Amino acid sequence: MDFLTFLQISDTAVRFAIPLLFACLAGLFSERAGIFDIGLEGKMLAAAFFSAAIAALTGNVWIGLLAGIGASMALSIIHGLASITFRGNQLISGVAINFLAAGLTVLIAQDWFRQGGRTPSLSDFGPNARFNSITLPYADQMQDAGPLGLVYAELISGHSILVYVGFLMVPLTWYILFRTRFGLRLRAVGENPAAVDTAGVSVVGLRYAAVAICGILCGMAGAYLATGLQAGFVKDMSSGRGFIALAALIFAKWRPWYALWACLLFGFLQAMALRPDAVERLVQIDIPGQLLDALPYILTVVILAGFVGKAIPPRAGGEPYVKER
Amino acid sequence: MTLMQKLLGASAVLALSAGTATAEPALIFDLGGKFDKSFNEAAFNGAQRWAEETGGTFREIELTSEAQREQALRRFAEAGANPVVMTGFAFGSVLDEVAPDYPDTKFAIIDMVVDQPNVRSVVFNEHEGSFLVGMMAGLKTESGTVGFIGGMDIPLIRKFACGYAQGVVAANPDATVIANMTGTTPAAWNDPVKGGELTKAQISQGADIVYAAAGGTGVGVLQAAADEGIFSIGVDSNQNYLHPGSVLTSMLKRVDVAVYEAMSQGTDLETGFNVMGLANYGVGVALDENNEAIVSYDMLAQVYAAADKIVSGEMMVHDYMSDDSCPALEF
Repeated sequence: MDFLTFLQISDTAVRFAIPLLFACLAGLFSERAGIFDIGLEGKMLAAAFFSAAIAALTGNVWIGLLAGIGASMALSIIHGLASITFRGNQLISGVAINFLAAGLTVLIAQDWFRQGGRTPSLSDFGPNARFNSITLPYADQMQDAGPLGLVYAELISGHSILVYVGFLMVPLTWYILFRTRFGLRLRAVGENPAAVDTAGVSVVGLRYAAVAICGILCGMAGAYLATGLQAGFVKDMSSGRGFIALAALIFAKWRPWYALWACLLFGFLQAMALRPDAVERLVQIDIPGQLLDALPYILTVVILAGFVGKAIPPRAGGEPYVKER
Repeated sequence: MTLMQKLLGASAVLALSAGTATAEPALIFDLGGKFDKSFNEAAFNGAQRWAEETGGTFREIELTSEAQREQALRRFAEAGANPVVMTGFAFGSVLDEVAPDYPDTKFAIIDMVVDQPNVRSVVFNEHEGSFLVGMMAGLKTESGTVGFIGGMDIPLIRKFACGYAQGVVAANPDATVIANMTGTTPAAWNDPVKGGELTKAQISQGADIVYAAAGGTGVGVLQAAADEGIFSIGVDSNQNYLHPGSVLTSMLKRVDVAVYEAMSQGTDLETGFNVMGLANYGVGVALDENNEAIVSYDMLAQVYAAADKIVSGEMMVHDYMSDDSCPALEF
């Protein structure tokens, strides 16, 4: 595999990794506060639809992004109501959200656009209707300036703004969770909510805050799929990325920096599956693409089984907090 | 009006509606969904045309999961719909079980052969149509590399790829064909993001024309091709209008004709094996105002000449599904 091919695959890997990263960090906030969220997939899908639909209707992708985040937040609040206020089963609520999003998006899309549950292509709505790729300054000149220049021009430059936002979210998440009072309390609420309650901090409030942040991040993930990577919504377009993000979250042991590496690794594996020719040249044997596609799950199982380190979920995860016991 | 008259009237209405229900055809769409801009939508258009021309109505259902196949088939058969038309190879084994239970109902299945006395099996010579668009790709390419992106990795999609590769090589013996499948599960029909990334991956390998036979995933392929400034080829329905000037042509598979014919024959549906190929206009290439500027006269002349040869039997396009191998492409 020559260096340029490697860069091209890495470039694809970044684009695959970003929706995973957003969703993974979303899950991180939620699960660190003790709310399991398997509705990441559904929230992404709802955000993908609303961002594309509103971007198509207004011709402005930023309004679309806000709409996507709003839709995702709305589902988050439903999840919060079910699992925090009414102390329902968090897994069942998550599954319900996935079903709700899958059905609702297609239904509304059909009602609004009459194109069979999809939005029209955003490229028909002017240049501002989707996130275009940004060419960083001097990227063209750097193309010929040695390997580092090539990395800059091919890999770092030429993504849409949400990619850079995604990468910034990692240090931001780390800072919020591990360097602020809010983060400390949020983590505590996922480990021992009774202690937080005793200290006079609202468990319910903290958990709602975590779930809301989860909604915002999922909204960005969905908007990136429909308005950054693609130009429009197609039914079920999240294609299980929410579940891969959950796998990445476990793989990353609920830590932000690990989450970045896990998502990049999973993205890279997916990108490799698209280039069987390069993989074959590299390892001299023909590896089926399906194996590469399955590797994220296999790796997660390996981690869960305790072969490589140990993934310990937040202790109070999945359990509704009951004050009057 | 006395009570008796009301009752009589009501029963007459019931009898009437029961009478029309028995003659009503039904159409079952596969998982891609009714408006996939491609295969299922073509089926819907055929049924719609039948309804408009005859003033009749038809029942329809869009499947949302594998488990519904048998359920939908039985419900339509029980309800007296006749004939029951279904799109998609995946109905094959289910129909084989269900058809004998309803000997008076006629079934029509598209894209699969089911050997039952009351079933009409319609298959298309996709390899012939794909051969023609492959020729166009081979003649149009400047880089000498063209791509194919399939949906779910099944023999039917390999048949598209194989015909395409043969066409490319026939028109341009030095050309390289890169073929990728989106996945191995039905989710592969609805993943435009992966389709777009596959397109970019093929572009980085030098491809300047990609042919998408991938249902909803193809929307992403065509979009990425338009964004990156290369040509693409649509499939099943005429997709030229999606990105005028970028979609070189579309391989037409006249599923609409097959559905229209099945519904027109109604309860007298002719059962058995039915092949729709170039010879009876079952497959072809799409030409309209959206792509006339990018298709040259010379290219068309060669494609039509090849089509004539295929129809007359002078030239054979290898069918992948006949022996699960392809002379022009390795999977």
